[in-house]
Amino acid sequence: MGFELGTRLYGDQTRPRVGFFTDTSICIGCKACEVACKEWNEIPASPNGFTGDSYDNTVDLGADTWRHVAFVEQRKPLDAGHDGGTLAQAAALGSFAGDTGLQTYQDGDGMRWLMASDVCKHCTHAACLEVCPTGALFRTEFGTVVVQEDICNGCGYCVPACPFGVLDQRQEDGRVWKCTLCYDRLKDDKEPACAQACPTNSIQFGELADLRERAESRLATLQDAGLAEARLYGADEDDGVGGFGAFFLLLDEPEVYGLPPDPVDTTRDLGAIWAAAGGAAAALGGALAAAVLWRRA
Amino acid sequence: MSARPALGATQPRSRAVLKEPVWTPEIPLYFYTGGLAGASAGLGLLSDLRGEGVLARRAWSLALAGSVVSPALLISDLGVPRRFLHMLRLFKVTSPMSVGSWILAAFGAATAPAALHSLGGGRLGAAGRAAQVASALLGLPLSSYTAALIADTAVPAWHEARRELPFLFAAGAAASAGAACTMLSPVVHAQPARRLAVGGAAVEAAVAFGMERRLRALGVGGGYDEVAGLNRAATALTLAGAALIAARGRSRPASVAGGLLVSAGAIAERWTVFQAGKRSALRPEDTVGPQRTRVERDLSRGAARARARAAR
Repeated sequence: MGFELGTRLYGDQTRPRVGFFTDTSICIGCKACEVACKEWNEIPASPNGFTGDSYDNTVDLGADTWRHVAFVEQRKPLDAGHDGGTLAQAAALGSFAGDTGLQTYQDGDGMRWLMASDVCKHCTHAACLEVCPTGALFRTEFGTVVVQEDICNGCGYCVPACPFGVLDQRQEDGRVWKCTLCYDRLKDDKEPACAQACPTNSIQFGELADLRERAESRLATLQDAGLAEARLYGADEDDGVGGFGAFFLLLDEPEVYGLPPDPVDTTRDLGAIWAAAGGAAAALGGALAAAVLWRRA
Repeated sequence: MSARPALGATQPRSRAVLKEPVWTPEIPLYFYTGGLAGASAGLGLLSDLRGEGVLARRAWSLALAGSVVSPALLISDLGVPRRFLHMLRLFKVTSPMSVGSWILAAFGAATAPAALHSLGGGRLGAAGRAAQVASALLGLPLSSYTAALIADTAVPAWHEARRELPFLFAAGAAASAGAACTMLSPVVHAQPARRLAVGGAAVEAAVAFGMERRLRALGVGGGYDEVAGLNRAATALTLAGAALIAARGRSRPASVAGGLLVSAGAIAERWTVFQAGKRSALRPEDTVGPQRTRVERDLSRGAARARARAAR
């Protein structure tokens, strides 16, 4: 791995970096991951009611939702030759849906349903960890990013620092919470609860290097099968956060799933930020001196 | 956004990508009190050195008050206030909040004897003067680090303003200290305070104008548009107060009114920046738009590569 994660500090307790490969092409939207995560980690209920937004009533990741299955309904032009229908049939279906206001969601009527189980990305360059003033957020010996609940004082800095909007404050206790990649289970050589519960192996857990190889081969298979828009998201160490520990195979642009297309760790610009703050402090000093000391000739 | 023929309905989700900052109104209020205290310490030291005891005592009183109120505001914002000392577990340069906590703690420790020295007529001797110098020096970064703190986030309206925000906050600190001392001091002693108030207010308004212009050019000015009324009020208060002090600074009532207006403007400006950032975080188009532009122009760090691979 190109970047030194800092796990070397653990000495002989350092473990290979682990993570998730979430292959959304085989996600069936069953939400077993959400349930398993809630159960294992004893996360409070997060009742949002019925959103009316497809089958997505979890809405987003947050203090009480560490896995979130997104449902994206997409109208996709029917490929007449490929799906066995004709262009005339497609047009008829389209106008039927339009005229009646009904959406039938049948195979071949031009609707595509994307499902994806989102999770904390466990970034290589984790802005949340870097801005955390207390050290509550730390890098584990597995290369994952975890909040220590006995240290966090709820300052809330990590919340707007995360380029994915993963972390949030829990109102009941004031602290921030997020996916720990089941740190307790990892210490016991068990895989995280969501990965174990996933019935289709859409969520794969393992050593990051292995997962990346697996993902490349899966991507090649899908692209050979004609899914030209399939792409890996977060598998590249040269991206704005140095690659994700939990990366994805997506079937469309990231923003379709509510993910940022080019996330950047904010502390990449910290040099410029401190320089500006230092310059401003110096300018204030100059202004104070001028205001007090300057005498008209 | 360029047309993608492969999909007819590639629409970004309309929900926020980022989380709204959870900070409470204590935080923008602290931006004001911290800046006020920081700049007042510098004004106090220089006035003492210049033999302007009347002005110096008022400036040091403000610095002392700010150094007491500021930590109280910050602790009250914490999700777990009794864990406030965890702020000093580490010193982390990658966390402006950690650096700022140390600056504020040291500023508080220096300002108490510094103010005592000034108010007690120099009773603390060399130690008092040393405390004054330390307090005045720490007051400078205290006035601008808060800008670094909010710029060091993923919030587009804050992060993209990272070069302007520290100057906006430092100018606001000068205006705040100048305005408060203008209000509190007899007019014959208040000339340096009036200069600070007028100069700080003018620079504050100018930097805000330039900052918002650039944010709009980058396509992330929407947060400021959503608080346009507040924003205009902040500018109007600041400039009206500065004009009043500049024109009628020798009149006591005008000084008090002008000082009040500039102070209200400084508070409103920070409230504007705070609210604009909260709105900005909730605008997915502000987050995704500039990132998509980077990807399309092949300027991104990784997404462009993934795209190229996908196209192969």
